[in-house]
Amino acid sequence: MTIAVPPATLATPNGTTRPLVRIVIVGHVDHGKSTLVGRLLHETGSLPDGKLEMLKAVSARRGMPFEWSFLLDALQTERDQGITIDTTQISFRTRSRDVVLIDAPGHAEFLRNMITGASQADGAVLIIDALEGVRDQTRRHGYLLQLLGIKQVAVVVNKMDRVDFSAERFQSISDEISAHLIGLGVTPTAVIPISARDGDGVAERTANIAWYNGPTVVEALDSLTPSQPLDLLPLRLPVQAIYKFDDRRIVAGRIESGQLQAGDDIVIMPAGKIAKIKSVESWPVTPVAGPQGAGRSVGITLDRELFIERGDVIGHVGAAPRDTRRLRARIFWLHDQPLTAGATLLVRLGTRETRATVVAIEKAVDPGDLASEAATAIKRNHVGEIDLSLAQPVAADPAEDFPRTGRLVIEVGGRIAGGGLVLSVESGQRAATADIVPVESALKPEERAARFRHTGAVLWFTGLPGSGKSTLAKAVERRLFDRGGSPILLDGDTLRAGLNSDLGFTPQDRAENIRRLAEIAAHLAANGHIAIVAAVSPALADRAAARRIAGDRFREIHVATPAEICEQRDPKGHYAKARAGALQNFTGIGQDYQPPTASELVIDTSAQSVAEATDTIESMLARSGVLVDELIDLAAHI
Amino acid sequence: MTLAARDPLASKPVALADLDLREQLRPMDHLDALEAQSIYILREAFARLKKLALLWSLGKDSNVMIWLARKAFFGKVPFPALHVDTGKKFPEMYAFREHYAKEWDLDLRVDPCPPIDSVDPTLPPAARSAARKTEGLKLALAKYGFDGLIAGIRRDEEATRAKERVFSPRGTEGGWDVRDQPPEFWDQFNASPPPGAHLRIHPILHWTEADIWAYTKRENIPIIPLYLAKDGKRYRSLGDQDITFPVASHASSIDEILHELQTTKVPERAGRALDHETEDAFERLRVAGYL
Repeated sequence: MTIAVPPATLATPNGTTRPLVRIVIVGHVDHGKSTLVGRLLHETGSLPDGKLEMLKAVSARRGMPFEWSFLLDALQTERDQGITIDTTQISFRTRSRDVVLIDAPGHAEFLRNMITGASQADGAVLIIDALEGVRDQTRRHGYLLQLLGIKQVAVVVNKMDRVDFSAERFQSISDEISAHLIGLGVTPTAVIPISARDGDGVAERTANIAWYNGPTVVEALDSLTPSQPLDLLPLRLPVQAIYKFDDRRIVAGRIESGQLQAGDDIVIMPAGKIAKIKSVESWPVTPVAGPQGAGRSVGITLDRELFIERGDVIGHVGAAPRDTRRLRARIFWLHDQPLTAGATLLVRLGTRETRATVVAIEKAVDPGDLASEAATAIKRNHVGEIDLSLAQPVAADPAEDFPRTGRLVIEVGGRIAGGGLVLSVESGQRAATADIVPVESALKPEERAARFRHTGAVLWFTGLPGSGKSTLAKAVERRLFDRGGSPILLDGDTLRAGLNSDLGFTPQDRAENIRRLAEIAAHLAANGHIAIVAAVSPALADRAAARRIAGDRFREIHVATPAEICEQRDPKGHYAKARAGALQNFTGIGQDYQPPTASELVIDTSAQSVAEATDTIESMLARSGVLVDELIDLAAHI
Repeated sequence: MTLAARDPLASKPVALADLDLREQLRPMDHLDALEAQSIYILREAFARLKKLALLWSLGKDSNVMIWLARKAFFGKVPFPALHVDTGKKFPEMYAFREHYAKEWDLDLRVDPCPPIDSVDPTLPPAARSAARKTEGLKLALAKYGFDGLIAGIRRDEEATRAKERVFSPRGTEGGWDVRDQPPEFWDQFNASPPPGAHLRIHPILHWTEADIWAYTKRENIPIIPLYLAKDGKRYRSLGDQDITFPVASHASSIDEILHELQTTKVPERAGRALDHETEDAFERLRVAGYL
């Protein structure tokens, strides 16, 4: 009962004409994975001389019946315990292809080894004992296959001899596992009744399973296809290193998707620097012409000197990955200690490594019984969805669009502890501060409040240029200081001269400018000072972000002086320059100002004097609990 | 591609139509894929470890590995090639070492193995002889302070090697803990050996014997002539003279070797006595730090 592989159809060893597929065999412990692998090798004539005799001798020495699994369970402890501990690989041939079989352990204890094996596979065979039926490792492995991105799964129902080759028993298991897999988004390519020990259904439909019309295991393996080409996705070249062995400065990496060639306009993320590929270097012949596709390890030189480092990702201009410090991921967890919110760890995304903090755990599931658990921790061998805050910006893609670069691993103590798929990337998102252990001030807020007679606050003056924000801000600063307070003025233009000097006036830069202002202001307010921010801050969304950062200490004051009056005042000469076309992106004439809809206060400086406006603001601060003096005293002043 | 629209730099999207106008992409064949993967591994090792060495046994596999390292680093192997010498290799192997260390501009380090007396006497004779190499390796590690050793083992050679990781941690005594190998997936490697321990890096773990020969032929990599049949015998695997034996073969060229491999059912290491003495001899050697 050996498959005749006519020698004439054998591949040339470099296999250019025959596809190579990698298949992992998974399933619950003792359902017969290693036995099936042994049987497949035997049936396809792939066993080396003497191996069968050796197995017989090894089995006999242990006083056991003949054990196919000893073929792969090469470790002494594996043979002694009769279980597979670590994954292994072995290759054989079917009619149409070369197959690398990956045997993965079924014991829950060794899930990390199952993942190690399965992660290399193009397709999978999920094996189920006909007597025992679907068990928790069956479900767990099914779930992990989906998470590992393996969509081609054939199911075999093994040990059919133990249920007298019952078609009914087969059907009931087939229905159960099909429903489970389809629920996970994986449609099984076949469900096959077999007896791995005796060979039924492995390479032949024997009389025992005459009622079965589907493919044999060998036929099912023949219909699995090799991994899909990634050449047509946008370019992703994660940088492994920069080499300067001679006068060339070579950027080295492997093309994970897409293609590149000399002359291409590229962008280096997350910094967003632009360059052109000068040459594609190689050895012994260099440079190489023509496009290079996904999967190739390449070296390129650029047309300009840029700071570029390991972990950067190169894409084409117009189709680059996004930069982010926030990721949402679906992960499997392999570490003994459950993963909890607030945990700090190391994340590897392509060649980038960065410290990260788990901001939140959104979901935790035991894939063995699919029971959702309290989303406070992800236990070992469970899966979950997490929100990660990264210590440095990274270039990232969602796994759905980029199967190769949209995945990450998590390291704890220098060892891989989990991994998963990037579900979404929050572009340009600031990292949550949870990864930093803040040093608490030695002073209590009440102590400062007692001295300053106010609590911390952020006064955010927004309005058109020339509306009077800075003037009012200065007057309020003086007023608060005079009453013993601790006001600190943060003027948008002043900060742009230093802290924010790297920012321009594009919407992105404006957003970042506002974010930084809000962060500083919030920090001052948290320490009991009153931060007074005067910034045009034209975008509603940016101001909303600032309010989120500062929380309930935020007081927005809309300086709603009519636009014509603002332009007449033109204290900095900006309106005139903008009218002359010398100032791009100037709010007032070039860009739309989005007025607040729910500010704490609206002030029109064309209708109120500075002193009156300052009184109004002071009164608002008193009413809203920032100033801690009695209201009566303040009212008397007014 | 939907990403492009949301990207701040999405000013000039690359349309697929533009790609069609390009020169045709040269598809990767099997050897190209193996080569690219090995180069990736070598570059990861070089990027993540501080003090690397490549173990050069002078055999066909480590010669391919040196070739791959030259490809990875554009001609120059940027770490030493270490030959842990039992002193019992074939004369042809020593001649090969002297010639190609110069021609390939290698930073060659030759370190001797200690005498047989210093080796575990409970091992069977051939394994005991081979274990000298493990001891020699430990001495060299201590002498140079390498934190990573690049070794040319392959999964298809031997069953315990099939269970290896690409980046495989070793204990401070150089031992391999087979029961607690770390997870390794998606080409993300565990590359943080604890102080005093080292990593083995296996860049050609995924290659087969036939792949090695096909690549050797394609790239025109020099080989030791003992691999080619003479008087009806050739060596499929080269080790120490006294524990390595030729197999019956008429393959006197690489093409003939490739043809032979398609039909033979004799395992590659059949001529390596140390593999066959007892069921677990090889595993014991490997657990103790053998390659």
